[in-house]
Amino acid sequence: MHMENLNRLRLLACEIRMETMKIIASKGNGHVGGSLSIADVLAVLYGEVMKYDPQDPNWKERDWLVLSKGHAGPALYAALGIAGFYPREAAYHLNEAESDFPSHADHNRTRGVDFTTGSLGQGMSEAVGVALGNKMQGIDSHVFVICGDGECDEGQIWEAAQFAAHNHLDNLIGFVDSNGRQLDGTIDEVMSHGKGIGAKFDAFGWEVIEVIDGNDVEQILEAVRKAFTVNGKPTMIILNTVKGKGIDFAETSGEHSSTLNSQQWAEVLEEAERKYAELREALQ
Amino acid sequence: MFRLANRHDVDSRANRDAYSDAMLEMMRNDERIVHIDCDLAWCINATRIQKEFPERFFNAGIAEANAVGVACGLEATGMIPFVHSFGVFASRRVFDQVFLSAGYSERAIHIIGSDPGITASFNGPTHMPLEDCGLYLNVPNAIVMDPCDYAQTYALTRRSAAEKSLTYMRLIRRTFRTIYEDGSDFEIGKGVLLREGKDVTIIASGVMVYNAIKAAELLEKQGINAEVIDMHTWKPLDEELLIRSVGKTGAIVTAENHEVNTGLGSAIANVLAARHPVPQEFIGIHNRYGMVASQDYLEREFEMTPENIAEAAIRAIGRK
Repeated sequence: MHMENLNRLRLLACEIRMETMKIIASKGNGHVGGSLSIADVLAVLYGEVMKYDPQDPNWKERDWLVLSKGHAGPALYAALGIAGFYPREAAYHLNEAESDFPSHADHNRTRGVDFTTGSLGQGMSEAVGVALGNKMQGIDSHVFVICGDGECDEGQIWEAAQFAAHNHLDNLIGFVDSNGRQLDGTIDEVMSHGKGIGAKFDAFGWEVIEVIDGNDVEQILEAVRKAFTVNGKPTMIILNTVKGKGIDFAETSGEHSSTLNSQQWAEVLEEAERKYAELREALQ
Repeated sequence: MFRLANRHDVDSRANRDAYSDAMLEMMRNDERIVHIDCDLAWCINATRIQKEFPERFFNAGIAEANAVGVACGLEATGMIPFVHSFGVFASRRVFDQVFLSAGYSERAIHIIGSDPGITASFNGPTHMPLEDCGLYLNVPNAIVMDPCDYAQTYALTRRSAAEKSLTYMRLIRRTFRTIYEDGSDFEIGKGVLLREGKDVTIIASGVMVYNAIKAAELLEKQGINAEVIDMHTWKPLDEELLIRSVGKTGAIVTAENHEVNTGLGSAIANVLAARHPVPQEFIGIHNRYGMVASQDYLEREFEMTPENIAEAAIRAIGRK
């Protein structure tokens, strides 16, 4: 992998973080932590590996992304805005009645969002269905699905996992955003994952790739490239991430949902913009 | 167009075959049609589908929530998925998936819930759906159907595939009375006027259609002229047929194989209260769980017999 290209993806991840903060700041509160932890995987997907057409969001041959952890909607809106699905300012109206940007991802409302998610576990089954439908129709594309580690408490995740393995859906590539936290506390406090989420997917017949730093675009990209070579079974990429990654207050608190006052938001936006400008400068 | 069978004898065929017959016919002509089962394919003879179209038959195993989600994903790629489980699992066990993945997300998937109400008989309370249609009535724009025999099940299965929204259809598995001759067709959302009358309207669906016809015959002997309507589609409800009928008769009995608090009777009462209030009597299950017994026994236990319907009709007329 070319260093120049990696730097482009690093900068894109930083830009997604900045845009995500602008989107959430427009409402004043939202799911900051779980949005920031997936900025890097979104940069790799929309900046490098996925085929899509912002002019034709329903293009049949496209790659699909199902954001099963639907509460991270703002990060997805940031990525889609940068990718050109709509003017990015359009998303600076989070949860306003007339806006098309609710905090949970909504296919009915937002251009480029493939599924409505928010009731955890459901997106995984839908991704499996798309992978199956594309295979039946001989469409050569990939379906990506991003789940939360807390979301993996849901039984439906495992129902879908066994179906995908049973039907040999090697066009399905999943990510677990393993940021180690769920709403009420850490994963280990609330509901631990036995031998580990990776071990569970392995036991369900998936190829499992552990990414040591799930906020490093190089490691994520390498894992996806490896997943493309897997035959006969779906792949789950476990991203060991940090909730709130990249924004100081969020990274420190690890909160699921954050509410700041306007002064605090001004400081956060200043920080996000400064970090983006500094990185752009450093990489030039 | 429909033709009423001359005598409502017991059909020599199992009613479940109406579903697989319709599916096979459609699947031969349309590559988008898919059947997903939840380890109950044998129970409705969907193994016939598996045999002829193994590439479009999927067994999701005993995992109904995922089956609904997978169907929604398939639909998003342009397929037309049908999902089957027993009515209890095809409704309350998957309600959130049905509501959001299918209903809100505007995915036209078609859910088949077998063994409606008391027809679950010996499988007992764990397998007896008395609230399945009621749950689906809560899903905006869902279509809810309770067909009564082979010809109607066959026709509504075929009609479902053409619908652009979520559908739920009950499927009687066993042999049952023939109401219509084969080849009859039915339109979703259009009730069937089976017998004209002037004193009271009896509206029924599913296995209660036969009992409604018998009740009208009992009433005739007492000089009471009952109108009988087969309301196979609960939602959207054929309000015009309903209003026209009660406008003439001024009294109504609703007869359903379902909990009355959230069923056909209550859906009808909602319309009548707003548009044309008349005395109404409710035949169906009143605030009870299911139980193990023969279908005949359950019909008596829950007071759903032709005699019960006729008595209710007389009560409704007395309240005019």
